[in-house]
Amino acid sequence: MRDVLGIIVCNMHDDLVPQLTENRTLGSIPFGGRYRMIDFALSNMTNSGIYDVGLVPSKNYQSLMNHVGNGQEWDMSRKNGGLSILPPYAGERGVYRGRMEALYGVREYIKASTAKNVVLSDSDVVANIDLRPVIRQHEESGADITLIYKCTEVFREKKQCAALFFDECGKLLDLYLNPELEGTQNIYLDIAIIRKPLLDELIAECAAKDEHSFVHSVLMAKKDVLNIRGYQFDGYCNKLTGLRNYLDSSLALLNPEVRKSLFPAERPIYTRVRDKVSAKYGENAKVSEALVTDGCHVDGEVEKSVLFRGATIAEGAKIKGCVLMHNTFVGGGCELEWVITDKNVVIPAGTHLAGSEKYPLYIPKDTVL
Amino acid sequence: MRKKMIAMLLAGGQGSRLYALTKDLAKPAVPFGGKYRIIDFPLSNCVNSGVDTVGILTQYEPFELSEYIGNGQPWDLDRMGGGAFVLPPYQRNTGRDWYKGTANAIYQNLRFIERYNPEYVVILSGDHIYKMDYAAMLDEHIKKGAAVTVAALKVPLSEASRFGIIIADGDGYITEFEEKPKNPRSDLASMGIYIFSADKLKKYLTEDEADPESENDFGKNVLPNMLEAGEKMSVYAFEGYWKDVGTVDSLWEAHMDLLDGSDLNLYDNDWKIYSRSPVMPPHMVEAGAEIKGSMVTEGCTVGGKVERSVLFAGVTIEAGAEVKESIVMPGAVIKAGAKVYKTIIGEKAVIGENAKVGCAEAKVTLVGPEAVVADEETVEPGAIFGKEAVK
Repeated sequence: MRDVLGIIVCNMHDDLVPQLTENRTLGSIPFGGRYRMIDFALSNMTNSGIYDVGLVPSKNYQSLMNHVGNGQEWDMSRKNGGLSILPPYAGERGVYRGRMEALYGVREYIKASTAKNVVLSDSDVVANIDLRPVIRQHEESGADITLIYKCTEVFREKKQCAALFFDECGKLLDLYLNPELEGTQNIYLDIAIIRKPLLDELIAECAAKDEHSFVHSVLMAKKDVLNIRGYQFDGYCNKLTGLRNYLDSSLALLNPEVRKSLFPAERPIYTRVRDKVSAKYGENAKVSEALVTDGCHVDGEVEKSVLFRGATIAEGAKIKGCVLMHNTFVGGGCELEWVITDKNVVIPAGTHLAGSEKYPLYIPKDTVL
Repeated sequence: MRKKMIAMLLAGGQGSRLYALTKDLAKPAVPFGGKYRIIDFPLSNCVNSGVDTVGILTQYEPFELSEYIGNGQPWDLDRMGGGAFVLPPYQRNTGRDWYKGTANAIYQNLRFIERYNPEYVVILSGDHIYKMDYAAMLDEHIKKGAAVTVAALKVPLSEASRFGIIIADGDGYITEFEEKPKNPRSDLASMGIYIFSADKLKKYLTEDEADPESENDFGKNVLPNMLEAGEKMSVYAFEGYWKDVGTVDSLWEAHMDLLDGSDLNLYDNDWKIYSRSPVMPPHMVEAGAEIKGSMVTEGCTVGGKVERSVLFAGVTIEAGAEVKESIVMPGAVIKAGAKVYKTIIGEKAVIGENAKVGCAEAKVTLVGPEAVVADEETVEPGAIFGKEAVK
């Protein structure tokens, strides 16, 4: 669809998981064994025929650029359009305060596009969303803005949780941010379809008023003047809200229904290919309920865990409820429970480490215990 | 800029001794090692050796192979002024011909070689599993001032009669060839890898083509002719893992070698073997599964027992199924209660519930691509089971 432009703001919500974003954008947080968070947003665009996509990072984006490269893995290495990485100019404010300010920094890129609509997305949501029916509904309903939401429980952390309320005609009535509500609500997934001329205007207007928030300055402030509607997404989704949620949503991948919804054969989630050898299981391997990635070497016991590329579980090691990122080494006789290790962590033989299911233990990148 | 060396990869082989596996597929496209196809090895060797232009000569069932190669990007062979090219036989104003032999296939593509005007051409085949630095071989070719250099591997003398044998003098120059000799006088077997100085290649291919008696084969015709003409022919002794996977047995053995930790080190980050990725999620090991001494890759779901086996992308092993000493190619499904021993299961084949396939003590069993073994059915050990097995 050349009449739709995709914009992904990569550093929104970094503060929700400060541990994982110390050296990277939220979009480049590793997830699900071989992916990065941004793979979901990017693949959703590709699978919906949107190949003109701008990535808007603000800081710590080396890992992100390394990951997406020229966009070729997402079929976005195009002669015209394709993937554009739009880092901030030197001299301007590097760290944007909100989405509208981020968009102001790339206003010329947006203005130059001939698209009719823009899909505004963050990279904090793990979901496989076909955007084509959303755009169709957006067009047919005549909406100015269409917000994708999921009818789900209010988040435990109550951070960055926006509940949407619609009138009987489907127009946005109200939006509560981090509400003290219980139970099931329509939670905004930070993905919006917006008419491009309107977006150009809103960017200029927000900049003139020194306003930076899409939720406050657009959705809340203009809900009565604009035709803002919703689109209910029914598949599996998770909005990253914190380290515990990171563990929960990682382990949710062990559920076959979740995998079916996230990885349907007709809409693959693309990612950077690293050409690792198949995972190898030794003679002493004992594995139950685990997601294991190429390049892993498993000769110990693994239960309810996610192993990223190149993780090694030596003979006699036992791990349970863990997420071990790329090249984590767990030596013989180790016992790990509810531990998240970042990349290249080395845990020497005989180490015992335990977090709790509700409070996982996080070990930063390159730590050698 | 003139290219130092380009590669010509002979990928037209039918691979008739792989039976059902190559019924609709060229041999170089046969899956290998969990994530690869045979052709990934010579292609990756090229790239790792700094060869950035590869002509891939296809003839038999080229579609899947051509699709697989695509623009060459997975091997970093999508290059300006070079890259990967699939070269099928084509019609020209002087006539049209299938590739009649290995030498004729290259002869028909001399114009392709001339376009790049390289100083040297390395001729490769798409049937072998090995890692080799063609740049090191080229260095020796240049050092020894040879017209052609033939890569050779030391084999046990008892097995030498299965190969084309090279007899060389003390300085490593070839003095004689023997094609599958009954009483071999040397243990140096030709690997079918040749580096030619480009002008010599052109000269001898043109001469060979003019000879109506010739079988247009490098081993049988071109190299002996060069020897007779007194050309300097050097032998390059290769050390390391090398396996012809042209038969069901050798294909199976090569996978067992891989599991047993042979000299074939796929984990070397300085000599990666590249392949086209199927883009699937990591594999899932379900509760109650048992995996030992095996290799498993993306997209697999394992609920049953897997021992000393290699599972390719997107394979499903249901709970209660048992797979031992077997190779399960992409997308195959082994249903609950099925027992599979010492078998190669082709792509997208389905083994029904409680079916029994193969036996650990017998010869290797082969279930062809997309074949369906019915529930409760037994496939006899050593059998070739396919929709229409090639005889």
